[in-house]
Amino acid sequence: MTGIKTLADLKKKQEEVKSQINLREKAENPDAMIQVKVAMATCGIASGAKDVMEFFVEALDKRNINAVVTQTGCMGYCFAEPTVEIKMPDKEPIVFGYVDVKKADEIIESYIKQGELVDGIIPQNYDVIG
Amino acid sequence: MSKYKMHMLVCAGTGCQSSQSGLIFEMLRDELDRKGLSKDVQVIRTGCFGFCEKGPIIKIMPDNTFYTQVKPEDVKEIIDEHIIKGRKVTRLLYLDPESDEHIIDSKHMGFYKKQLRVALRNCGIIDPENIDESIARDAYQALGKCLSEYTPQETIEIIKKSGLRGRGGAGFPTGLKWEIASKNDADQKYVVCNADEGDPGAFMDRSILEGDPHSILEAMAICGYCMGATKGLIYIRAEYPLAIKRLKIAIAQAKEYGLLGENIFGSGFDFDITLRYGAGAFVCGEETSLIHSMEGKRGEPSNKPPFPAQSGYLGKPTNVNNVETFANVPVIIMKGADWFSSIGTEKSKGTKVFALAGKINNVGLIEVPMGITLREIIYEIGGGIKGGKKFKAVQTGGPSGGCLTEKHLDTPIDYESLMAAGSMMGSGGMIVLDEDDCMVSVAKFYLDFIVEESCGKCAPCRIGNKRLYETLARITDGKGTAEDLEKLRNLGSVIKDTSLCGLGQTSPNPVLSTLENFRDEYEEHVYDKTCRSGQCKNLLYYVIDDENCVGCMACVRVCPVNAITGEKKHTHYIHQDKCIKCGACMQKCQFDAISLTNNYRQAVEV
Repeated sequence: MTGIKTLADLKKKQEEVKSQINLREKAENPDAMIQVKVAMATCGIASGAKDVMEFFVEALDKRNINAVVTQTGCMGYCFAEPTVEIKMPDKEPIVFGYVDVKKADEIIESYIKQGELVDGIIPQNYDVIG
Repeated sequence: MSKYKMHMLVCAGTGCQSSQSGLIFEMLRDELDRKGLSKDVQVIRTGCFGFCEKGPIIKIMPDNTFYTQVKPEDVKEIIDEHIIKGRKVTRLLYLDPESDEHIIDSKHMGFYKKQLRVALRNCGIIDPENIDESIARDAYQALGKCLSEYTPQETIEIIKKSGLRGRGGAGFPTGLKWEIASKNDADQKYVVCNADEGDPGAFMDRSILEGDPHSILEAMAICGYCMGATKGLIYIRAEYPLAIKRLKIAIAQAKEYGLLGENIFGSGFDFDITLRYGAGAFVCGEETSLIHSMEGKRGEPSNKPPFPAQSGYLGKPTNVNNVETFANVPVIIMKGADWFSSIGTEKSKGTKVFALAGKINNVGLIEVPMGITLREIIYEIGGGIKGGKKFKAVQTGGPSGGCLTEKHLDTPIDYESLMAAGSMMGSGGMIVLDEDDCMVSVAKFYLDFIVEESCGKCAPCRIGNKRLYETLARITDGKGTAEDLEKLRNLGSVIKDTSLCGLGQTSPNPVLSTLENFRDEYEEHVYDKTCRSGQCKNLLYYVIDDENCVGCMACVRVCPVNAITGEKKHTHYIHQDKCIKCGACMQKCQFDAISLTNNYRQAVEV
């Protein structure tokens, strides 16, 4: 590594290394972020949730969308796996079913970018304690 | 660049490392490797999270899961359950003592809710051994900004305007200190970082150095720029090996990047930092002693003036600041003086780091805005007193400070209010005492420390404190008299007025403040020969219970000083004036008839 000679060099370096801790900084304030939760229980993984999660992580990053992608356990909709829950800031979370990579792309483009709902929403039919 | 989906932050502070966090870190990495997940999950060693009570801590991002008291054998379960299946390992989550519920993420923990982390902003977030992570969190930007946008005087004005005061204890305005040092011309000047943290139970500075060393290096360089110094020295005690190791790594990395050394940011400003080790003497936290120690002389204070700003290290103008003070500097430059001075009270700006210890549920490292009340710290952040016992006092400021009691619980904490209450901010140790603590013994404990640590240069501190200690020892032994109480007060104020340095001038504080706030306890020891907490062993009395005693004569025969009298088949009696409290009778008795009481009258009357 060549030395940092100017403040501009330092800022450039910061841009380069920023992504290393991006995830941690975003997590400090999760409610202000778009949160994508991919159900990664056995049923989800068996239906390809891993690829979907990978896609979300990479696609959101490439398209410069500030979002936190996390995995959760089984949401109970095993019939509709892989399922993904999207929580936009100040909105109720919405669960999408049968999410493959193609569907994930549609969700990003329509729902996350423009707030338009797409097919495949699973109505939440239970309450959570606490 | 690889894209990690999850970060596992493992606390690698001294506290967690001593409970095997190093091993846990290795095991996590091995296990992830074995499962083929090392490209998806990054394991990072960070500085202290502050929640030392429940260490070792592992925090998983981005879902903010906070695992406490993790053991090596839990590693496999965390990876199998949390990482692979996405199910949190409930039993390792923090258990809220009030609701008895597991808290799923750290945002909802009472411990963190009231905290504001400025000096500790990077502790527990970055890997302190990786300069890139520090740079990602703005490290050296403030230095670059000063060198390219501000003159030294403008920089000093920002610090002055922010209202930052020394965090080592006395609270001298930092900007003013820099200004004075900048106005003294010399061919060489020095910036010194005081990392000689000596208060019993305090570990604020250690944690900052271990968790975020670059913030200190950067701030020292800024200080050097302001006062015209090109050399920085960190005086750190040799008993902080981890902090030393991380500082060395940080200095080497900063030099490699050209952020320390010659012609920094092409500005023509040179700055270099070296380490100096102390042998762990309390008095070397005092700046003149510290300077003498760095020069290779005995760690003894000298008279001020001349102040170090005029004639310090090697006779050159020297500016000494504490670690925590420096840690605030880069943030002030980046966010502005107004931002900083909007936090805190009228005269005390910003935040303060405290090391919470003693009889409190959440022992650990906290950072709070000035002006917070003791009640908020103890009951909301600290989670209340251990075992639901009653709060008695909190000792702040270490051996130089005093005790605050229930009546101070709602006082907003700042430099002035603590001073008015007979204590001081000190470096930030906060030891919580409950109803089981004897205040006379607490005072004796601190005096013992002072007697040990006094450098012996001036008579009031060397001899006076020894006499204070002996008087306290007499009182806790039950041999105190009414004159002793007067003597404590008189001698204490003489030592305060006549000692040479800060150590001696503040050393009687623990005695004077407990005498002021807990006079009744002192009087009980002296007049009633009673210690209500039962802490003073010599004020405990062996007594025979007449219901259980069968009159077997066993204790009469075993007593080495013939302090027990009695006839066969009649209740025996212990003569307190003869008893040497060896406990042989209690061991011998087969009928549980002998017990200990702290009530002298009862012991005599039975």
